[in-house]
Amino acid sequence: MRNQRVSVLSSLCTLLTVVMALAWIFPIYWIIVTSLKTEDQTIQLPPSLIPWPPNFDAFVYIFQNSPFVRWYANTIFVSVVVTFFSILFALMCAYALSRLEFSGKRLIYWSLLVGFMLPFHAVAVPLFMMMNQFNLVNTFAGLILPQIAIPLSVIVFKQFFDEVPRDFRDAALIDGAGNWRILFRIYLPLNWSITWAMAIVTFIATWNNFFWPLIVTNSTPMLTIPVGMTQVQSTYGVAFARLCATAVLASIPTAAAYILFQKRVTQGVMAAAGLK
Amino acid sequence: MRVPSSAAHKPASHKQATALLFVLPFLIFYVLFLIYPGIQACYLSLTNSEITGQGRFIGLGNFAELMHDADFWGSVLHTGYFVLLTVVPNTLIGFFLALLVVRLKRLRLVVLAAFFLPYVLPVSVVTTAAIWILDANFGILNSLTGINISWFQDPLWAMPSVAAVTIWWTVGFNVLLFIAGLQSIPQEYYEAAALDGASGFRRFAHITCPLIWPVTTLVLVLQLILQFKIFDQVYLLTLGGPYNSTLVVLLYMYRQAFQQNRGGYGAAIALVLVVIITVAAIVQFRVLRASRAAT
Repeated sequence: MRNQRVSVLSSLCTLLTVVMALAWIFPIYWIIVTSLKTEDQTIQLPPSLIPWPPNFDAFVYIFQNSPFVRWYANTIFVSVVVTFFSILFALMCAYALSRLEFSGKRLIYWSLLVGFMLPFHAVAVPLFMMMNQFNLVNTFAGLILPQIAIPLSVIVFKQFFDEVPRDFRDAALIDGAGNWRILFRIYLPLNWSITWAMAIVTFIATWNNFFWPLIVTNSTPMLTIPVGMTQVQSTYGVAFARLCATAVLASIPTAAAYILFQKRVTQGVMAAAGLK
Repeated sequence: MRVPSSAAHKPASHKQATALLFVLPFLIFYVLFLIYPGIQACYLSLTNSEITGQGRFIGLGNFAELMHDADFWGSVLHTGYFVLLTVVPNTLIGFFLALLVVRLKRLRLVVLAAFFLPYVLPVSVVTTAAIWILDANFGILNSLTGINISWFQDPLWAMPSVAAVTIWWTVGFNVLLFIAGLQSIPQEYYEAAALDGASGFRRFAHITCPLIWPVTTLVLVLQLILQFKIFDQVYLLTLGGPYNSTLVVLLYMYRQAFQQNRGGYGAAIALVLVVIITVAAIVQFRVLRASRAAT
């Protein structure tokens, strides 16, 4: 009797969970569906939940009437370069902080914690002035350079390197391996999963970055997707299918990265929050 | 950097050089694009610099002006309101959803993905979805429910709407942290309590809640620091309107620095925000620790 009641309650809970999940995902579904409608269909009442046949006019219109492809290329380039160098430099710095003895080590580690607390917004004004002074506004360098140093990545990698048994390094040193080899042949392979996780999270964060690209670019060909899509949207007026089509295109890389590497993204997000 | 005086120190200096080689690439970018601008921001706040050039040193002039700037104090108030509308609700909803998700077995990854997916989307996509779904005339919310509110154009509803969108966007992160916390509670505690005849509610109140508290503290602190920095959503959804009802601190900084060409004043606003965030985080952390000690 009691067990029956518990299992009914449990099923109800599961049902509630599924309903909540569907409600949470609905806006994303609704953007996709709207992007496949004609503009007339979008304002039809009652709205149709499954438009059939799908209509790709909105996508065709965007590709023909905005520099979306250019913005896509910009964003891919910026995100890949930032991810590669920020991970590489963070790995190197973390290795030194974890395993090498040198003066200034403690100072660097403490300054990382300060940098982690310092909000990027606080340095936006002087950073922009610096970029302006060196003529880096509206350039890839202006977009990329300030995003490369991520103190949090160094802190995370250092924590993982600290846990690698010291014997591994000592043995390699005796065999004549240099620090460079030790980092890339021992420490990196041992920590592949967290490195990938941080790389994917960095890629997503860079792709999504809105604040800095908004400030450092204003010429149409130099925009990234998150900033550029708002520019085309403001010229569309009431054209919801096109609005939603830009959103679908802008989301594909990060959504795909998450769906393909769900476990890695989870791991990266947790490590960045200080939980392993 | 110490320069060794004799050949006997060579190995040490060699070590130092190797270490620098590993540290420098990161350090150059870090100092040049974060630490140095951070220091520069302090100096700028004491000048009347334009965003495009050098200005004069004016001491605490900017801060004196801020004291009497009604728009600035309005923006502080609106930011506080936004923090109030997001920090605790986002934490509670995250906890609630995590409790639901953590019970699941086969469906868990799929359901978790549903809650987390919005978090990986660009903010402009999130606001596009919000603008379309909450559109006063054609949005599906109003057309299905018959409600007649212009969510982002009504001064009463604009900020709560921005907050709701923010929660939809970011709650997945909190769900993730709470699930990790819930999973780290040893299952034996629940089994032992069940054997002793503790009801489901009592197990929740006396095992789950106290043991999840460290994660709750973490989430609350992270949320507080994050939500004070509200800019993107407001910039994209309301631009601070209607009637400045959603004008937040960073948006005001953006207007002053990048639209009114007042770099020094903008830097001063940013510094005040950093101080506010730091003080709020410390106070919150103290309160949370004290309340933990009390239980």
